[in-house]
Amino acid sequence: MAKTIQEINEKIKAGRAVVLTAEEIIGVVREKGVKQAAAMVDVVTTGTFAPMCSSGAYFNVGHATPRMKIGGGRVALNEVAAYAGFAAVDILIGATALPDDDPRNKVFPGKFPYGGGHVIEDLVGGKDVRLTASTYGTDCYPRKALDTWIRLADLNEAVLFNMRNAYQNYNVAVNLSDRVLYTYMGVLQPRMRNANYCTAGQLSPLLNDPLYRTIGVGTRIFLGGGEGLVVSQGTQHNPGVLRTDGGVPRRGAGTLAVTGDLKHMSPQWLRGASFTGYGVTLTVGLGIPIPILDEEIMAFAAVSDADIIAPVVDYSEAYPNGKPEVLAEVSVAQLKSGEISVNGKKVVTAGLSSYARAREVARILKERIEKGSFLLAEPLAPLPGPDSGYAFKPLKERPYVPSNRDAVS
Amino acid sequence: MPKKKVVLNFPPHLIDQPITYRLIMDYGLVVNILRARITPQEWGSMVLELGDGNGRLDEALAFLTELGVGVEPLSKEVRWHEERCIHCTACTGPCPTQALAVADPHTMTVSFDEERCIACELCLPVCPYQAVEILF
Repeated sequence: MAKTIQEINEKIKAGRAVVLTAEEIIGVVREKGVKQAAAMVDVVTTGTFAPMCSSGAYFNVGHATPRMKIGGGRVALNEVAAYAGFAAVDILIGATALPDDDPRNKVFPGKFPYGGGHVIEDLVGGKDVRLTASTYGTDCYPRKALDTWIRLADLNEAVLFNMRNAYQNYNVAVNLSDRVLYTYMGVLQPRMRNANYCTAGQLSPLLNDPLYRTIGVGTRIFLGGGEGLVVSQGTQHNPGVLRTDGGVPRRGAGTLAVTGDLKHMSPQWLRGASFTGYGVTLTVGLGIPIPILDEEIMAFAAVSDADIIAPVVDYSEAYPNGKPEVLAEVSVAQLKSGEISVNGKKVVTAGLSSYARAREVARILKERIEKGSFLLAEPLAPLPGPDSGYAFKPLKERPYVPSNRDAVS
Repeated sequence: MPKKKVVLNFPPHLIDQPITYRLIMDYGLVVNILRARITPQEWGSMVLELGDGNGRLDEALAFLTELGVGVEPLSKEVRWHEERCIHCTACTGPCPTQALAVADPHTMTVSFDEERCIACELCLPVCPYQAVEILF
């Protein structure tokens, strides 16, 4: 029996919608079968809470007196470089931005204690943040320097805008070399002494809707503790990868660009993160409701950790050099057991994505829908699917050669 | 044999005293040095696991205190800030004693057992949220 999003919304408004988390649904489908579960359940809620580097926020800070054209000048928040290439007082900060005087990896491995992700966390937490700006003067914008405290509540608009979140599946990182590696996948011990993974597995939004049948442009989501929406496919969206018979990608595949009002978010769900020897990022809480419109969607949403396969990749050689080599494939269930086997060697595993907090996202989203405070949005357009031909390409490097080189010599 | 993990802080004037020797010879303790930082003319610190060989551990600790050595249980000096922890489990792989471990494989929550911690500090660089703090 097929349902529509509109019908499900009517049930939500009447307080009659049956909502289960992506973890709870697994047992129900196993027990009752796909057909009965599809008839019974209206919405399955997913969740993830993990470091997502392509996250950022933009603000309109309001005009100073006299007016100042920060746009085209330089701006920093708590000494972390922000971007000012817009109109006079619109600024943007990215999760991985660093203070100019951070030593980076000059003393290796760098600690990266504070950066863009932490600025966003502090603003969302209601803390005072120092805005420093310098620029050139114009007739209409004469002021050239500004050094002031700002806080979220006083800003005009404050918007989280993440160009790539919720990666559908991800590498398991290992290190085949003889030295310790400090990566965005954490600290990797030599000779494959550990393996780090990063997925919410059976709770992960895009792994529960692997062919993007319900998640599309305009889908309303849980974002950073508040609400947001899917803008489009995220950067590096790569739907055409190898998939299991069940349609689940076996490699990093789909991604989402998402946005939402920062003023309604919470520092509990937007956390600055410091990766030793690598840099700073933002850990984002994101959850997507999946309307159970038919049996196929129900079957997809019942995916369990045992069905999700991730590739083990060497971060000493294959990853940095862009080689597609995969050492082994392991299931998320194996990864979560604390130990995997790669080419006959037992390797200890640890996660970077918080399954515990992903459960909480899915639970909160479920409660909001049950209470009637969160309605589903009809997507305006689908995301590019596995057969769309849409693919993630490497950089085609064409080295610049100065055209007047002969003339100079 | 009862065991206790302690952090000793030595004032600079005691650095040249053979204090560990006294613990072993005079009080019969089984001393396992987990960490030590001793530099001439500076405050020094040691993390010891003390095995109470013949019931004289309390006496030995009193001897240290009387001598002017600061004695704190290790559990007081290693802090796991649960409110900062997001339960990602990144620390559970490197932790050699399972002091930091997945407490429940169903919910995947992390727990910290201070009794197991040996203050090796392997968790410090792997935690992106500074959830573990070592004070000495």
